[in-house]
Amino acid sequence: MAFVPLWFILITILWTGFFVLEGFDLGVGMLHAAVGKDETGRRAVINTIGPLWDGNEVWLVVAGAAIFAAFPGWYATLFSGFYLAFVLLLVALILRGVSFEYRGKNPERRWRQTWSALLVVASLLVPLVIGIALGNLLSGTPINSHQEYAGSFWDLFRPYPILAGVTLVAICLMHGGTFIAMKTDGAVRVRAGRVARRMAPVTALLVLAFISWTHVQAGGGAFLNPVELLACIAVIAAGFLAWDRREGWAFAATALTIAISVVAVFVDLYPRVMVSSINPAYDLTVHNTASPPYTLKVMTVVALVLLPIVLGYQAWSYYVFRKRITGETFRPQPTRTAAPVPVPTTPGPATTGPGAQHRRGWGLPGGWRRPRGPRR
Amino acid sequence: MRTDLARWQFAFTSINHFLFVPVTIGLAVLTALLQTAWYRRKQPEYLRLTRFFGTLLTINVAIGVVTGLVQEFEFGMNWSSYSRLVGNIFGAPLAMEGLAAFFLESTFLGLWLFGWDKLSRRVHLATIWLVAFGSVLSAAFIMAANSWMQHPVGYVRNPVTHAPELNDIWALFTNPVFVWSYAKVVLAALVTGAAVMLAVSAWQLRRGGDRAVFGRSARLALVVLVPAILLAMLVGDELGVIEAKYQPMKIAAAEAQWTTCQPCSFSLIQIGGGNNDHTPTQLLSIPHLLSLLATNHWNGKVIGMSPLQAQYAARYGAGNYVPDVFIQYWGMRVMAYLAVVVVLVGLWGLWLNRRRKLATSRRFLWVATWMVILPFLINTAGWLLTESGRQPWIVQGIMLTKNGLSPSVSATELWISVIVFVLLYGTLGTVDLLLMLRYSRKELGPAPPGSDTDTDKPVPAMLY
Repeated sequence: MAFVPLWFILITILWTGFFVLEGFDLGVGMLHAAVGKDETGRRAVINTIGPLWDGNEVWLVVAGAAIFAAFPGWYATLFSGFYLAFVLLLVALILRGVSFEYRGKNPERRWRQTWSALLVVASLLVPLVIGIALGNLLSGTPINSHQEYAGSFWDLFRPYPILAGVTLVAICLMHGGTFIAMKTDGAVRVRAGRVARRMAPVTALLVLAFISWTHVQAGGGAFLNPVELLACIAVIAAGFLAWDRREGWAFAATALTIAISVVAVFVDLYPRVMVSSINPAYDLTVHNTASPPYTLKVMTVVALVLLPIVLGYQAWSYYVFRKRITGETFRPQPTRTAAPVPVPTTPGPATTGPGAQHRRGWGLPGGWRRPRGPRR
Repeated sequence: MRTDLARWQFAFTSINHFLFVPVTIGLAVLTALLQTAWYRRKQPEYLRLTRFFGTLLTINVAIGVVTGLVQEFEFGMNWSSYSRLVGNIFGAPLAMEGLAAFFLESTFLGLWLFGWDKLSRRVHLATIWLVAFGSVLSAAFIMAANSWMQHPVGYVRNPVTHAPELNDIWALFTNPVFVWSYAKVVLAALVTGAAVMLAVSAWQLRRGGDRAVFGRSARLALVVLVPAILLAMLVGDELGVIEAKYQPMKIAAAEAQWTTCQPCSFSLIQIGGGNNDHTPTQLLSIPHLLSLLATNHWNGKVIGMSPLQAQYAARYGAGNYVPDVFIQYWGMRVMAYLAVVVVLVGLWGLWLNRRRKLATSRRFLWVATWMVILPFLINTAGWLLTESGRQPWIVQGIMLTKNGLSPSVSATELWISVIVFVLLYGTLGTVDLLLMLRYSRKELGPAPPGSDTDTDKPVPAMLY
C-alpha cells in the first residue's frame, strides 16, 4: 500500500515546514525583548515576522489535522496520552498568538511589558513541549495492547526527550537570531548577529549530542546515517557562517539544521510512529494506525493539488516583505508613558562606526543580497 | 462524570470560539466591501472606514485563530475513541480546511495588513477578498464535518471490524444537512458582522462622529443585515424540515412534543414539558404552524418523543435517547424570537434611511448599539439546539457520546484542563472585549492628506 508511506512522508514534510518557518518565529518571540532592547527596537523585531507568523503557524494546524485524517490511531493515542503536555502547549500557543496582536494595541508601558514577557515565555514553551513530545515518540512511552497511553504526565520527562526539547529551543534561538540579523538594520541587527554567534557553539554541541543519542535510541549501527550526518554538518556550517557574518547563508544553514534534525527523528522512527516501552509488539506503526486506502487516496489528491499552491503564495508573501525593517517605521508612534527612544539606524556603540566594512553579500536573491553586517 | 466534564469543556470552548468566528467572517466580507467601494468610487471616507473596521477585524482574528487551535486538539485530547473510530472520515474535511482555507486566510491577512504600501491598489484589494473567501471557505469544511455527525453519509461498515469507513467524499459535501446548515452559518456570520458594524457606527454617530463616514457604514451594515437575517430565517426553516427527516428526535424535543400529532400547532410559550413532565401547560400556540415548519405541509405529522424513544430502544438497545428538552425548547425559541427582533430593528433602520434620518434618530441609534448582543445570543442558542439535540449521540446512530471519550484521560486531568481554559478564555475574552470597545470608540484617523490615492503610510494601529 503505497499511500501509507507517502502520508508518513507528507506528515514529515508538514512538521519540517512548521519547524523551519515557525522556528524563527519562536526564536524571534524569545529574543525580541533582549535583541530589541527598547520599544522601537522591539517593535522592529516583532514586525519582521508581523505579516508572516500567522501563516507559519497554520503549518502546525495542518500537520495536526493531517495526522488526524491519515493516521487517526496515532492522533488519538498521542493527543489523549500526552494530555497535560498538550494543555500546556495550547496555553503557550494561545498566549503567543494574542500577545503579537494585543501588545501594540495600547501604548502603556506596563501593558507592553506584560505581553512582551508572555511572548518570551510562551515562545520558549512551544518548542520545549513539542521537542519533548517528539523525543517521546521515539524513546518510547508506556502504550498498552489497546494502543492506549498507560503512563502519567511525569513519564514524559526522561533524559532523551528533555534533550530533544532543549535542543529544539536552542536551534530556534539561533534560527531566530540569524533571521533578525537578516531582516533588520542598525543596532538590532548587530545584537541579533551576536546572539546567533554566541548560540552557535551551544547549539552545535546540543545538536551533535541529540543526533548521536537519536541514533542510539533508534538502535542504529556504528555509523550515523546520511540524514543524521547532514544535520551535524548543517549545524557546524551554520556556526561558521554566523561567525563570518554571512547573514543570508547563516539563516539558510539554521533553517537546514532545524529541518534535518526533525527529519532525522522521523527517519529513525519509521515505520513506527509511537514506540511502546512496554512491548515492541504494542508499537504504533504507520500500518496499524492508518486510515483506509480511500481516505488516503482522497487526501493525497487534495494535498498534491493544494500544497504547491500554498507554497507558491507563501513564497510570494515572503518576497513582498523581503525588505529589511528599520526602527524608522515606528518612530512616530506616540507613547504616553515613555518617550520614543531615538532609532538606532546609525551603528550603535557596538559597531566600529561609519567606517565599518560593508562587503557585498552573495548568494540569496532579492533584498537578502545585502551588505554583510558590520564587524564589531 | 468524565463525560460531563468533557462535554462541558467542549461546549465552553466551542461556544467561545463561535463568538469570534462569525465576527471574523462577517467583518472580513464587510471590510472587503468597504475597500471595494473605496477602490471604485475613490471617496476617502471609504478608505477611513476600511482601516477602522480592519483594525477591529484583526483584534478578533487573533483570538478566533487560537481558540480554533483548541478545538482541533480537543478531538484527540478528550474524544480519542471518537477520533480513532471516525478520524478517517471526520479528519478528512478538517485537514482540507487547513490546506485550503486557513493557509489562504492567514497568509493574505498578513499581506493585507502589512501590504498597504507594498502592493498595488488592485492587488491589495484582492488580498482582503481572499481573506474573506478563506474565512467563508473554512466554515464549509468544518460544517461538512459537523453535518456528518448529524447525518452520517458516504461511508460503509468495515466487514471485519464493523468500523465506519469513508467511501464517498462528495457525499459529505452534498449532504443536505451540510448544504443548508452551511448556508445558515454564513448568513449568521454576515448578520453578526453587520450588527457589529451597525452598532459601532451607531455609537459613533451618537457621539458626534463624522456623519459622512459613519452614515455610510451604518447604511452598508443595514443593507447587508436585513436580507441576511431574512434569508437565514428561511434557510433555518428548510433546515428544520431536513432535520425533522434525519433527526426527528431533535425537532420533537425542540417543540417539547412528547406525543405524535397531526396536524401540529406551534407552542409559542408554555410551562413545563421538560424531561420529567410530558404534559406541558400551553399558554399560547398557533395551529398548524409546527406541521408547516417541520414538514412544509399544512397537515404534516410530527412524531413525538415517546414513540421515537421506543423506536430507538428497539433498534439500538435499551437506553435514554431523549436530549435535554429544556435546552431544545428554549434554544429554538430564543433563536427565533430574537431573530424577529433583529428583523424589526433592521426594517426600522431601512425606513429611517429612506427618510434620510438614519444618522440623526437618537432612539434608533441607541437601539442599534445595544442590538449587537442579539446575534451572539442567537448563534449560541442555535448551536446549543443543534449539538445538544444530537445527544446522546456523538455521531447520530453510529456512536454514543459517552463511548467517544478518551480512555486514558482521568477526571483530574479533565478538571485541570477545564479550569485552565475557563480562566484563560475568561481573561482573554475580557481583554478582547475591552480592546474592541476601545478601538470602536476611538476617533477616526484623520482623512488621508492630499489625494484619495495616498496609501503610503500604514496606520500605526495596524502594525504590531
